[in-house]
Amino acid sequence: MALLEIRDLHAKVGEREILKGIDLTVAAGEVHAIMGPNGSGKSTLAQVLSGRELYQVTGGQVTYDGKDLLALPPEDRAREGVFLAFQYPVEIPGVSNMYFLKAALNTIRKHRNLPELDAMDFLGLIRQRMTAMNMDETLLNRPVNAGFSGGEKKRNEIFQMAVLEPRLAILDETDSGLDIDALKLVAAGVNAMRSAERAMIVVTHYQRLLSEIVPDYVHVLADGRIVKSGGKELALELEEGGYAVLGIQEEAEAVGQR
Amino acid sequence: MTAAAEQIGNWLELFTGHAARHEGAEPWLEKLRENAFARFAEQGFPTTRDEEWRFTNVAPIARTGFRHWHADRLIVTPFAVEELSEEECERHLGRYAAIEQNAFAALNAAFLCTTTAIKVPRGVFTEPIEITYEAGADVTGDPNETAPVAMHPRTLIVVAPGAQCTIVETYKGAGKYFANAVTEIVAGDGAVIDHYKVQLESREAFHVATMQVAVGRSASFTTHNFSLGGALVRNDIGVTLAEGSDATVNGLYLVNGTEHVDNHTVIDHAKPHGTSHELYKGILDGHSIAVFNGRILVRKDAQKTDSKQTNKNLVLSDDAVIDTKPELQIFADDVRCTHGATIGQLDAESLFYMQSRGIGKAQARSLLTQAFAQDIVDRIKVPELRVRLEEVLSERLHEHANY
Repeated sequence: MALLEIRDLHAKVGEREILKGIDLTVAAGEVHAIMGPNGSGKSTLAQVLSGRELYQVTGGQVTYDGKDLLALPPEDRAREGVFLAFQYPVEIPGVSNMYFLKAALNTIRKHRNLPELDAMDFLGLIRQRMTAMNMDETLLNRPVNAGFSGGEKKRNEIFQMAVLEPRLAILDETDSGLDIDALKLVAAGVNAMRSAERAMIVVTHYQRLLSEIVPDYVHVLADGRIVKSGGKELALELEEGGYAVLGIQEEAEAVGQR
Repeated sequence: MTAAAEQIGNWLELFTGHAARHEGAEPWLEKLRENAFARFAEQGFPTTRDEEWRFTNVAPIARTGFRHWHADRLIVTPFAVEELSEEECERHLGRYAAIEQNAFAALNAAFLCTTTAIKVPRGVFTEPIEITYEAGADVTGDPNETAPVAMHPRTLIVVAPGAQCTIVETYKGAGKYFANAVTEIVAGDGAVIDHYKVQLESREAFHVATMQVAVGRSASFTTHNFSLGGALVRNDIGVTLAEGSDATVNGLYLVNGTEHVDNHTVIDHAKPHGTSHELYKGILDGHSIAVFNGRILVRKDAQKTDSKQTNKNLVLSDDAVIDTKPELQIFADDVRCTHGATIGQLDAESLFYMQSRGIGKAQARSLLTQAFAQDIVDRIKVPELRVRLEEVLSERLHEHANY
């Protein structure tokens, strides 16, 4: 059975319909890339899956691990193993990264009937994951994302993912704002997490991330619908010809997706 | 008899009894008390028609028939800190906290008995001077007495020139009572004082406090005022700066249910080259009301004054009310004064971010609220106090989250 099944998903923000019938099936072990021009609904899809209340689902179903995903509040989705790496990670002054992550990990572990980690075990786990992401340990005592550079924020997202070990990871434009070295580092972190039990949805505007994180499937989203699906070669096609080869007009101005 | 006259009548009875018990005291003290009671009787309790009391109605205090009692007092000081002599008391007591425009300060002076009057000699004291006033549950001594008690804790601290010290004042209690406190602090030239007031009164308590501080030349005075309890709370904090002196006046208030807290601060830049920083943060929930009124007075003489005032409020419910008012009165022309006030709610994006990591909504709310307060708590330089306050805050905010 597929880990995630999206059927005819419709969603709107305010009065504007953004998702106009998405169908997508993702099995454990697979990496799916969602590509598309600005304003096509990529980020909306990512946020709807993780439960952002800003978006109102107006139709369709999402089944995750046999459960009705849309009926769950965001925290329960996370506890069930859904993880969203944010396009714009949120700064939370006054809450230390360490405290935040420990609270998150222990709630998730509790939900999975695993014992909570004590301070020492937690620190051990954290250190190991930080080294993998080439992150400075001093970041732990700093407030969540506050004063982090763009690259640090994105690395912090993948680091969190490595600590929380989700079953479905949704990466929303994780490549945006990264230089090529940072991109390689982030991609290596993601690739290290690929496994037969874990599925990933990689949302991106550009092909360059997909040279590093090679997807099993590529879907092209335009105007709230998936207009084309294919293998990894589809991404290359788009890289060469742009979205125009599929007859898609790129919007002249980026539509704010935050 | 009018209601006001009746109220004063009640206090007159208490005052007469009090004066009889303290017969034979020093003449100056007797005079001070009598004069203070006369000032109180003239003014009566303020009403919301008084500009200074527009948003705080003290009728619940005025119409309660109290008994007089004194708070349990606990003082812990470094070894070298001494009591003030009779002469020094006479010289300083009541000189700073004016009673002409302040009925509560007048009432406090009228009921002077046990006064905490200490002096800090020249030197650096790392151990804090801790003064705790507690309204015990068993204050009556007589189980048939059910009327709530009124206490008038009085503190006078004279800090020698060049001395460095930390002062922690704590007010707490159980049940319904009225704590009417006055604190006077004199900072000698070049003194450095780090002051904290921790107000942990019971949820039914009335707490009215006046603090007046005279900061000497090139001296530095920092105060953090934590208002964490009480049905009706009013703080009047006044700091007068001399030439080249510096004041930091910070505060944190946390109100819930039907609690009411009013912080009035006055920073008086009387002389040139003074600096002042003021940051008050408030967290409001339930049907609570908070008032912040921050007056910065820059006198004609006080050129080169540098002053900054900020009041930030986090409102967690639809029914809480905040009245915030900066009041800048500037009579000098070469000064820099800024002020700002904000009223906001918890950030929806931050909440979602935390939830998306598995943290439940209630916990996320309480973490974010605590984060808002943290920035004041982090400024506490006494580690034990910081830990204690973090615990109290986390407990209170947990209550908020589950309210």
